[in-house]
Amino acid sequence: MKGEMSMSFNMGRKDFKKKYREYHQARWDEPIIFELSQKGERGVILPEAEPEVAAVPLPELGTMARKTPPRLPEMSQMRVLKHYLHLSQENIGADETVDIGQGTCTMKYSPKINDRLANISDFADVHPRQDESTIQGSIEIMYRMEQMLKAISGMDRFCLHPGGGSQAILVIATVLRAWLDAQGLSGEKDEIITTIFSHPSNPACAAIKGFKTITVYPDKNGRPDLDAMRAAVSPRTAALFITNPEDIGIYNEHITEFTKLVHDAGGLCAYDQANANALLGIARAREAGFDLCFFNIHKTFSSPHGCGGPGCGAIGVREHLVKYLPAPLVGFDAKENRYFLDYESPSKDVRVKDFYGVLPALTRGCAWIMSLGPDWLREVSRVAVLNNNYIFKKVTAMRGVSAPYAEGEYRMEQVRYSLRKLKDETGIGAAELINRMFDYGMHLWSSHEPWIVPEPFTIEPTESYSKAEIDEYLAVLEHVIDECYTEPETVKSAPHKSAIHRFDHDILDDPERWAITWRSYLKKYKNYFEPR
Amino acid sequence: MMSASKFESHPYIPNSVPSVQDEMLREIGASSIDDFFKCIPEDIKFKGKLEIPEGIPSEAALKRHIESIASKNKSVNKAISFLGGGCWNHYVPAACDEINGRSEFLTAYAGDPYEDHGRFQALFEYESMMAELLEMDVVNIPTYDGAQAAGTALRMAGRITGRPKVLVPELISPDRMKVIKNYLHPQMNVVTVRTDAETLAVDPDDLRAKTGADTAAVFIENPAFLGMIETRGEEISRIAHEGGALFIVWADPSSLGVLTPPSGYGADIACGDIQPLGVRMHFGGGRGGYIASSDDEKFVREYPSRLFGIAPTTHGEWGFGDVAWERTSFAGRENSKEFVGTAAALWGLTAGVYLATMGPRGMADLGSGIMRRSYYLAGELSKIDGVSIVGNGPFFKEFPVKFSGRSVKDVNAALLERGIFGGHDLSPDYPSLTNTALYCVNEAMTKSDMDALTSALSDILR
Repeated sequence: MKGEMSMSFNMGRKDFKKKYREYHQARWDEPIIFELSQKGERGVILPEAEPEVAAVPLPELGTMARKTPPRLPEMSQMRVLKHYLHLSQENIGADETVDIGQGTCTMKYSPKINDRLANISDFADVHPRQDESTIQGSIEIMYRMEQMLKAISGMDRFCLHPGGGSQAILVIATVLRAWLDAQGLSGEKDEIITTIFSHPSNPACAAIKGFKTITVYPDKNGRPDLDAMRAAVSPRTAALFITNPEDIGIYNEHITEFTKLVHDAGGLCAYDQANANALLGIARAREAGFDLCFFNIHKTFSSPHGCGGPGCGAIGVREHLVKYLPAPLVGFDAKENRYFLDYESPSKDVRVKDFYGVLPALTRGCAWIMSLGPDWLREVSRVAVLNNNYIFKKVTAMRGVSAPYAEGEYRMEQVRYSLRKLKDETGIGAAELINRMFDYGMHLWSSHEPWIVPEPFTIEPTESYSKAEIDEYLAVLEHVIDECYTEPETVKSAPHKSAIHRFDHDILDDPERWAITWRSYLKKYKNYFEPR
Repeated sequence: MMSASKFESHPYIPNSVPSVQDEMLREIGASSIDDFFKCIPEDIKFKGKLEIPEGIPSEAALKRHIESIASKNKSVNKAISFLGGGCWNHYVPAACDEINGRSEFLTAYAGDPYEDHGRFQALFEYESMMAELLEMDVVNIPTYDGAQAAGTALRMAGRITGRPKVLVPELISPDRMKVIKNYLHPQMNVVTVRTDAETLAVDPDDLRAKTGADTAAVFIENPAFLGMIETRGEEISRIAHEGGALFIVWADPSSLGVLTPPSGYGADIACGDIQPLGVRMHFGGGRGGYIASSDDEKFVREYPSRLFGIAPTTHGEWGFGDVAWERTSFAGRENSKEFVGTAAALWGLTAGVYLATMGPRGMADLGSGIMRRSYYLAGELSKIDGVSIVGNGPFFKEFPVKFSGRSVKDVNAALLERGIFGGHDLSPDYPSLTNTALYCVNEAMTKSDMDALTSALSDILR
């Protein structure tokens, strides 16, 4: 009996068989912060300057002196706090839900101890220009992180600066441009090849550094089409920017042929491993023939996503490209037992970001790997892939859902599913299903555009969720799909249990009507959206 | 799991329990987890054991280990720090850390507007409060840092004007300059404008001479990297606009309680870093870049960043969502406006908490408190034999200090022995500023902190 009860969470209720819970998000009807302003209230008082300090005459600033104070809200401290706590309750984090519906983003557990460690004063209240003797701890974290990432990838050196995966791709494009410039090849080699199931920042960042993009589409098995790849490669090929397994969770077993084709054409191969959660200790960038790769510390290595950053995209290269990495790199002098920032690089005048990297993310990632070590790190990937295949089996048995490509094959860490059949049969697609899922407290995301897989959604369970939680998520998904057939109007009119109801999306694409700030709103509208 | 460990399930991996794995494998119809990896060719499988240290699964032991590494640092709280130059030791109100540590925000990511209403509203409010500080109608969801914000602002100007050249002052932050140059290469180029040796301000004649039909933007920092307040903003703006170029100002938001915001002297785009607004320094890892402009569609469509807008719901609530999504790289891949991705949203949210906590009075007190302290310190330091303040114009928060005949390296080493972090050494980056360091104050600095520096320097330079 006890075992049965633990499979269900609604102990104390009569219906022990119910597999999902009722949910309602907090609904505070929270005003815009400016509406809470009370003239004269203060949130914090700064220390007053001593009389001798205050007595020093200040310069006349003329037109540079601000005439009118900024119209910021005036609020006592607790009101500010309460406002944001209300907003936090009208939000949902990975900590609160079974966050497996945000495929490609690796929403894993970020251990609380690591948050505390990242924020201890000796790490958080350190200035980047302090004397080297006073920042040994921060540099050591960076050094240790680099050593571990080198082992995990097989690359020879890492630059830890980028503040996210897209900025890491910008570093890849920067290194590529510098490598071509150094050989006088920038005029000849001006194309990169990527795949449609690689992240959109691959072509977008390549364009920043002046490259044209050729995009390879999948063959019928879901792998990037090898013939299309052969046709794409030419003397103009500067590099391959590719993910593997791609966003659909299918491993491209021809990957070494891809890297060889590009190398034979005189180009470089860059591996987008933003999400590397299927392959830790199992396969590395080096053996697959890559010259560069990057990891998102906020995905595979557990640093939290923070509503969209700060993250960290650590980018690694093989020896022949080290000289093109932005400086400083991190060094260790074993004789003097001293960590240092190494500016001795030919590309020391190249930077993509202020200072040295997002230390809170690096500290969390470093602590996370240290907790696991080599054996449990490998287990992370094994369990992430086990969880995914368990879900794969269950979801593809659901009505109206399919998983295009590679029929009969297992998947890696995620799967891109299609609701085409559901849409055909009920008129309900991914967008509506997503809204209804949240009525049960569960998040589902469609997928990156373009929707090559029709009506897509992507599930990536990671290693962080127990079987019971996964079952709960699947029970909700199955129930909502069932509702599409039995109560379609309930699904179409969702969400019903969110902090807010449906809003007019068209307004956000109309320059006459959009308002990106409160002051802009007040210029365009009076009362509640009455045009001025 | 096959492991020498004495426990069978890691706390971060619930389904590492062997009986659960067996059950899941049975349901799948697979015999072992290895089955799932058969798609990876044998010759590229990693066969060995990763060369990383053995795990420390005990949380207490891990904490102790990482804390021992942290203890090798010496934070600014254990010294008196006069370091600035783009990263600043401002007071962080407790509410900032309280809110950005909430797991509903900290561990959220990409929920849609009905799931993450709180995130959308908080970031809309961040945009809105920055907009009041800047007196501009559009502000982005933060990009990585102020340097990236500068790079993007300049590229926006390039697209809006269709011109390739940008003008920046020669005394610009050296690191920011490197980011900008790299971000604009190879499509656009950067040309420097001379600065006056006395005031350290932009030379309008040189600016006028260099502003031509190919100029997309004139860019200045105000206050400048060396702390100087640019008093001729209106003149620079006029020169830029007469040449058909946009005027872009990189402004430190901590100055805007007392200084006119860039829009007040003609800037088309303002940009900068929000680190001073409630974000701890994190060794330079706490950063966020803001970009602001008017609500002109021509500008709005050129932002690569997310922009959150307000919308009415069917029940009369405030709703929020993405404005003009199609411009982003999520929608447009290589045909988009630059690129967007995970950047610095949590710091934007934090800056919102900061601005709401400070309010208009707090921001004014912040600015005037910093001005008073910087003028007090500069006055005291200039009384020391062998010390002079470089530049004769007004300054905010930071100012260059020259030591006659003594290298900054020597001076800083001697200060460090006395528990003081001396100013950032400018000599390596600015050949004209030999033996010169950038000194920075903050609003929480006491007279005795500053007097300690004066007394230490008098002693060291004796």
